[in-house]
Amino acid sequence: MSLLSTLARLEAVRGQRAEPLATVRHRHLSDRPMVLVPLAAAGEAGAPLAVLLGTDRDAPRLHLVPQPLNRTQRSEFLAAMAADVVPYLESFGEQVELLEGSEKDPVSGEKLPVVRELCADAPQLVVPNAAGVAHLALLGRSTRFRRTAEDPDPGEYPAPTQVPLLGRWLTHLTDRAQVPGSSMLLSMTGLLARHWATGQSNLEDQHLAARMAWHLSPSGLEPPATGAVAAEWVESARDAEGLLVHPPAGPSTDPKFDERVLAPAILRYDAAVAVRVRAEGSRDAAESERAAGLVERARAELARVLLAAALPTWHDVWHGLELLRELPPADHLPDRWEGDRWSFTMHRDRVAAGEPPQPRRDDAVTAARKLAQREREQAKLEIQEALDDPLAMAERRLAGEAFAGEVVDVVPEWSAGRSPKPRPLLVVRTGDRPHADPGREVYRAHAEPAQRAEIVSAESGEVVVRLLSGMGRRKDPEPGSVPEVGSRVVFTLFELAPRQSAPLPEPADTPWTHGGPPVVGEDSPAGADEWE
Amino acid sequence: MSFSGELVPNPLDAAGALPPGEAADRAVAGILDAVVRPRPGAPRGVVVDSPPGAGKSTLVVRAARELVDAGERLMIVAQTNSQVDDLVDRLASKAPEMSIGRLHASDAKPAPEALRHANVTAKDKVADLLEQDVVISTAAKWQWVKAEQPWRQAIVDEAYQMRSDALLAVARLFERALFVGDPGQLDPFTVVGTDQWAGLSYDPSSSAVVTLLAHNPAIRPHRLPVSWRLPASAAPLISSAFYPYTPFRSGTGPGERTLRPGVRADGSAVDTAIDEAAESGWALLELPARHTVRTDAQAVAAVAQTVRRLLDRELTAVSEQGSAPLTAGRVAVGTAHRDQAAAVRAELARLGVPVDPALGEAVTVDTANRLQGREYDVTVVLHPLSGRPDATAFHLETGRLCVLASRHRHACIVVARAGIAELLDEHPSTEPVQLGVAVKFPDGWEANHAVLARLSEHRVRLS
Repeated sequence: MSLLSTLARLEAVRGQRAEPLATVRHRHLSDRPMVLVPLAAAGEAGAPLAVLLGTDRDAPRLHLVPQPLNRTQRSEFLAAMAADVVPYLESFGEQVELLEGSEKDPVSGEKLPVVRELCADAPQLVVPNAAGVAHLALLGRSTRFRRTAEDPDPGEYPAPTQVPLLGRWLTHLTDRAQVPGSSMLLSMTGLLARHWATGQSNLEDQHLAARMAWHLSPSGLEPPATGAVAAEWVESARDAEGLLVHPPAGPSTDPKFDERVLAPAILRYDAAVAVRVRAEGSRDAAESERAAGLVERARAELARVLLAAALPTWHDVWHGLELLRELPPADHLPDRWEGDRWSFTMHRDRVAAGEPPQPRRDDAVTAARKLAQREREQAKLEIQEALDDPLAMAERRLAGEAFAGEVVDVVPEWSAGRSPKPRPLLVVRTGDRPHADPGREVYRAHAEPAQRAEIVSAESGEVVVRLLSGMGRRKDPEPGSVPEVGSRVVFTLFELAPRQSAPLPEPADTPWTHGGPPVVGEDSPAGADEWE
Repeated sequence: MSFSGELVPNPLDAAGALPPGEAADRAVAGILDAVVRPRPGAPRGVVVDSPPGAGKSTLVVRAARELVDAGERLMIVAQTNSQVDDLVDRLASKAPEMSIGRLHASDAKPAPEALRHANVTAKDKVADLLEQDVVISTAAKWQWVKAEQPWRQAIVDEAYQMRSDALLAVARLFERALFVGDPGQLDPFTVVGTDQWAGLSYDPSSSAVVTLLAHNPAIRPHRLPVSWRLPASAAPLISSAFYPYTPFRSGTGPGERTLRPGVRADGSAVDTAIDEAAESGWALLELPARHTVRTDAQAVAAVAQTVRRLLDRELTAVSEQGSAPLTAGRVAVGTAHRDQAAAVRAELARLGVPVDPALGEAVTVDTANRLQGREYDVTVVLHPLSGRPDATAFHLETGRLCVLASRHRHACIVVARAGIAELLDEHPSTEPVQLGVAVKFPDGWEANHAVLARLSEHRVRLS
């Protein structure tokens, strides 16, 4: 934890309110996000119980598994969820930009012009917390290999076409969510943690309602309050029946809710189904109708209690989005969102091309490539956040990795040699104490084009740097390329462009140290269902 | 699992009675045999586990010479630029007849020590170095080399520090390789999430040696059994705390290494700690318990004052190599974080202690990561847990403490706030257990306690 975020936490404790950690919004927010509040059944890893989802705050749709142990009902649930989510995801694939580029012909080596499609926008899923992301990853893993009626060997239980498609999309989105700075699948607790500090521990911050209680007084709390008292109230207040007033954000549900509300409701549903089976056996039309009505009512009752369990979280997520929208967007958001759009476009193309689902495990080369991409994006994110946000830069300045100040003197000097180049000295007055030894290269923030300099001397209160580049090709610097006396400058000790990652071999060339090339098909058994 | 390769007996079991020199020679001879004269069908890799200061660099130099003498062209992979420069310097001095190419990045010039030799050529393009007997560079730079001219033989130095994905990128360049490293040092790390690959044999964020051994079960690691760096006061502790299943011993016996102060103690706690360290090899300079920010000003001042007094008191280091005055270049300060190192450097500069190597002999102040593979007469360590309210996985990492506590030939002085034992007891390690990931022994918690227990026998309180 940095000094600045420690301070923000202390101030949050003192004020009993969330304290800003950012002056701008560092994650892209879609105009049309889809919020998902998934709930899981206890006792089995990743077993879906219900999901509350939608793009309209006032019209959430609930899908549920009335009997969570029943595999047929689970299939029906996934089909219904897929029918809701997949059209939303695919709707972003229709509008595209055409980008002209060139590609090397693999045979002749010539550069050939190509036109590539880039989707104009990409979908955005928002879940309450990191456990929600993990739950979607499990759903993706368990559905992307499902066989459909269109498969050559559909098996005994073919799923609707959209179910494996949903699995592939969820796998793609949860994988992409691991890339720092990406915004296609976000958790609300993660979003809030980046932008505000609370006066409670990181662990407590994982509880969405407790976290929100540092921003807004929770509904139902009398008298209204924010901070630790409110957080404790939403975490632990129970009604006369012993149920949490504010249910947890899932996917796990409150055990007391499971015991006193959910289990009896499931039991009644099972009983109604048993009655219906008996009635169907008796061939009595009136009896069958009455039994069907019983099942219908039991199901409606289940829907009612599950909706009540998910709805407070649904509102918390939308409240969180509202809070975030109040922050102005950071300058580099479009740049990073374009990365998400490429990621979306490429997955769309893979699906359209009929490629098989993502393998169960990454091979050695794919894993290394993904790691390299994540590290590159992490470096990029840190740089862009520092450039976009004075508070983020302040953290780097406090850590001695940057300094900001006023130019108090400019000494024009030139390099030696036949064609001297400008190498002016800047004297910068600063209260920062950069870890800068003479000779160390530094980079000027917000310089266009990029500008390097080197530290000449660093006394307390005054740093002298020599500009080395970004001043044009002539003997005298281009106008405006050297900061004037009185202007404010920021120099960083970290590079402002992330380094390229080194090339990796093709999977087919995996070396002996890593077990040689992967065996095709070993990790993606067609049609293998993890549940059956 | 079956082992088709040669079984390497534990040198301590077989050679426990041998004098250290002989035991080490036997181990080295076995390794060189396996590298230079591999038996038909032998695995393509040879792995050597080397505890701190066990002659790893000497082994690399000897292996390089023998391979070149046998007519091989050799590539050497090290992990950092300073390791590469050190190795070039050492290789060029020990083998003046060998032509050495130093491949470097276009924006990073090699250190002057590496370039002062007539047999060293430094270039940023590998094509300019193909005629050299040996080409040395960092793993990061080797990854960019195109594989048109594969070397047959490679040496990978500090292989436990190398990440699996780096090995994946460079393994195409060679057919056989000698991997040398210290398994007790810091594991490679990354700042991004890698949980999804935990348990895979080729987890890209794990150590290169772990991946190599998982895919080549026929490789049995060799071991170097004797630490020539650590004094008799330190080897047993480091061996039992950090290498419980692969013990080693010191090359020198008790009393063979001494530190003699030339100037008498002034009665301060700092001087008492220096005397204690000179006497016993260890000292714990303990400040009152307190929760502090990372750059704890009092602890930093205590570290700097200790270094100042070490130099002022004109100590003489006597060892099997003769006696030499303890000068700034033979002292190092180790910290856990870079900002702590920077704060110590600033404080030392204020006290007039040289810290800039560009201006002459200077005290080294660096983090554990950067001190790996280095050796000094005396080290002053700011304890990673000093003043902390919590003990995170980072601060508990076994390798970090192991590096900091095993850089010295004579003595190690640890500066810490009181209360670390209690802090440890309040923070048992709670890392999630991942399927398929071998549990690492010892865990940092236990190793920290072992070291602390020993240090507390040499405690000096600073009020």
